Amino acid sequence: MPTVRMTVNGRAVSGDVEGRTLLVQFLRDQLRLTGTHVGCDTSQCGACVVHVDGVSVKSCTLLAVQADGAQVTTIEGLAKGDELHPMQAAFREHHGLQCGYCTPGMVMSAVDLVKNNPNPTEQQIRDGLEGNICRCTGYHNIVKAVQAGAQAMKG
Amino acid sequence: MSSATGIGAAVKRREDFRFLTGRGNYTDDINRPGQTYGYILRSPHAHAQIAKIDVSKAKAAPGVVAVFTGADYDKGGLPCGWQIHSKDGSPMIEPAHPPLCKDEVRHVGDQVAFVIAETYAQAKDAAELIEVDYKELPAIISTDKADAAGSPQVWAEAKNNVCYDWHIGDKAATDAAFAKAAHVTKIDLVNQRLIPNAMEPRSAVGDYDRATGEYTLYTTSQNPHVIRLLMGAFVLQIPEHKLRVVAPDVGGGFGSKIFHYAEEALVTWAAGKIERPIKWTAERSEAFITDAQGRDHVSHAELAMDKDGKFLGLRVSTKANMGAYLSTFAPAVPTYLYATLLAGVYSTPAIYAEVKAVFTHTVPVDAYRGAGRPEATYLLERLVEKAAREMKMDQVAIRRKNFIPNDAFPYQTPVALQYDSGDYPATLDMALKMADWAGFEGRRQEAAKRGQLRGIGISTYLEACGIAPSAVVGSLGARAGLYECGQVRVHPTGSVTIFTGTHSHGQGHETTFAQLISDGLGIPIENVEVVHGDTNKIPFGMGTYGSRSLAVGGSALVKAMDKIIAKATKIAAHLMEASAADVEFKDGNFTVKGTDKSVPFGQVALTAYVPHNYPITELEPGLEETAFYDPLNFTYPGGTHICEVEIDPETGATQVVNFTAVDDVGRVINPMIVEGQVHGGLAQGIGQALLERCVYDEESGQLLTGSYMDYTMPRADNLPSFKVGNHVTLCTHNPIGAKGVGEVGAIGSPPAVINAVIDALSPLGVTDISMPATPLKVWQAIQSAPKKLAAE
Repeated sequence: MPTVRMTVNGRAVSGDVEGRTLLVQFLRDQLRLTGTHVGCDTSQCGACVVHVDGVSVKSCTLLAVQADGAQVTTIEGLAKGDELHPMQAAFREHHGLQCGYCTPGMVMSAVDLVKNNPNPTEQQIRDGLEGNICRCTGYHNIVKAVQAGAQAMKG
Repeated sequence: MSSATGIGAAVKRREDFRFLTGRGNYTDDINRPGQTYGYILRSPHAHAQIAKIDVSKAKAAPGVVAVFTGADYDKGGLPCGWQIHSKDGSPMIEPAHPPLCKDEVRHVGDQVAFVIAETYAQAKDAAELIEVDYKELPAIISTDKADAAGSPQVWAEAKNNVCYDWHIGDKAATDAAFAKAAHVTKIDLVNQRLIPNAMEPRSAVGDYDRATGEYTLYTTSQNPHVIRLLMGAFVLQIPEHKLRVVAPDVGGGFGSKIFHYAEEALVTWAAGKIERPIKWTAERSEAFITDAQGRDHVSHAELAMDKDGKFLGLRVSTKANMGAYLSTFAPAVPTYLYATLLAGVYSTPAIYAEVKAVFTHTVPVDAYRGAGRPEATYLLERLVEKAAREMKMDQVAIRRKNFIPNDAFPYQTPVALQYDSGDYPATLDMALKMADWAGFEGRRQEAAKRGQLRGIGISTYLEACGIAPSAVVGSLGARAGLYECGQVRVHPTGSVTIFTGTHSHGQGHETTFAQLISDGLGIPIENVEVVHGDTNKIPFGMGTYGSRSLAVGGSALVKAMDKIIAKATKIAAHLMEASAADVEFKDGNFTVKGTDKSVPFGQVALTAYVPHNYPITELEPGLEETAFYDPLNFTYPGGTHICEVEIDPETGATQVVNFTAVDDVGRVINPMIVEGQVHGGLAQGIGQALLERCVYDEESGQLLTGSYMDYTMPRADNLPSFKVGNHVTLCTHNPIGAKGVGEVGAIGSPPAVINAVIDALSPLGVTDISMPATPLKVWQAIQSAPKKLAAE
């Protein structure tokens, strides 16, 4: 089995994986970073979004071996200790989550969206999150949270 | 205590920190020492005989621990929790529902073999080595054709695939109403099948401890005690004291996680066989063909009116698809959760409804957000819309004319329910104002200048939830009570843990219930912990569905808290050397009326556990109380939803441009959470109206909408932001005054959307469009419309 080495949330990790092992499986099953979720098997729902080398990626579409040598950030690596990232804080403030299952992927996507577009309009947020499905919130409060998070990320 | 954290405050959710930081604990996140992985080989056919299964190669495959088929399974089948009787008094046909099929498979996805291996990949690989000799048989898929003579039969004992043929209401009175009608409006409707699609796929981890003989099941459930009862008593014969069911964080349910599923029984049973833990988690494709689906009604309805548009009578005939097996609540959905709602908010004096439930070779159908009430509301509100057009009456005026008046409560409907409270004109007026109904014509003209067809639609709905009075549902066929249990444990230092038999899978109980109790006991919300989802921690419970958690579960907690206060009052009286009758409790302090003598709640708690100075001959030490609350009636939320759409006639694409929902959900504990619940319901209702539809191939029975590439889930760019309002009338029969909010959005919204689409297309002479109103369907309706669009 191939061995992969990568940096996850600032920590050097390695593990033996099968060729078919997906990045999300490596994160969840081997590193026990279960904050990243699996909501579908067709790369549609976005529950598994993480950042790979600073870019948001659906970790179910990437083999673990493809992430060899990469810098990976998962939802567990976003907050500084107990201090939430501004986007996480905005989701809490604006009730942008209910069951919490899509939330990690939604937050990771939102952070990347705002990085690329610091002042997104409502429509840009809706278009930008088209790859993240939420069944609970109707997106209303997610949109509000991302708008507020974008402002807060300007620090 | 009215405070920043009390009743009515938009307290930020306590559960959010763990969900936002990846520290949630969902079933698939749980790993037990020595855990194995299960994979279920499923039927690729809608209907086939299993002539032979050969598992020898699979058993020899790398990492395989065990392979089980129907021949190995020696326990019971999955029970149905409700029994309906047909018109002729005969009980419904209730076929066997084995967790593993033995001789015959009855839908694509039916369980054929259970493979257990050291890794999930090994189990899945081994399943490919199982050789099953299927003899394919013809399948029946269509709800409408299922009961036709000569249709393929799902069950030998269910002639013409009929499960039951039931009715409600006074047929003679209804016929008499039609006989004197000035006008009758008729409508044919399909309420299409939906797939619930909670974002967390179902998962189950079974564990067995040989040392204690105790089984543990971790499962994605809305009601762990119900699973323990059904699986323990009816399926596996494990007594409750040897079976623990844990429903940890659950990623959405919407009904689909109420039911007891085969996989729960299989991982538990097989864990005992192999004496190792087993995890099974559905892949999404698997969830599509195994999670209970929703809706699927075909209906004809007729409304009799006098010459002024006053409703005289309503006649409804519905066929409801049960799928291949009866899921836990399935028979109740198109009967007692549907036909009893056909009065809606209207004072129609005579109603008669017939419901025929049919089996088909499809995934079982059961309760999905709203469960029967969206079907009733869609039927009524489409019918009323059509009636108004035929009578050339205003859409609002015809509703107002027929509303149950405010002075009529309690109001006995002709279909069994008695509404306790409501104010339909108030929610209507508020919604009309918020939606700027009066200004619509201007917006229509402005849209027309842009070449867009703009329409507005309204729905004034009512639902029955807070499920449910046990004696009533028992008389209607429920095989269980529907009370709830709450426990309040005051610790020696005055902090409190509360235990509820309801379960939160997104609803925010850990916040709302903490508000309720901290408000009632006058203690900081930080001092209250809410525990749910574990049968070893909570005495009992019936779980969360039917918008019951606050109205029923919250009421149980209030009853337990009342007992705490009553006992604490006696302890406080003793400490203050006063009569208990003279002691009052307010804002966390016990005070002797008219004096400055006072002891705080914390001191009473400590005294209860350190009873040195204590009325020990009168009272036991300790401060912990349990209450079971059985509701006296259903609760009746209602309201008005108004939708405004724009249709691009070139493409048929429909955009919801405004959506206003004004709901009466009774007492609101946390308005932020309540609004969030409404938003989510609206998204599912708009999803049903415009996007979602479960489609099977009629010949092969293959699910054609088996992934998110085919089944159209509402996404962020499909929906608008919502205008949400609230007008409260209190529930009169529970101690909180709460009615329930979980389902209103999904119940009220679909007809508002479709009525808006019809309104937009009405200048072309279009009078009907079915759900989902996809661009193709709308474009075709425009192309074949009686009138053409005016040249631009």
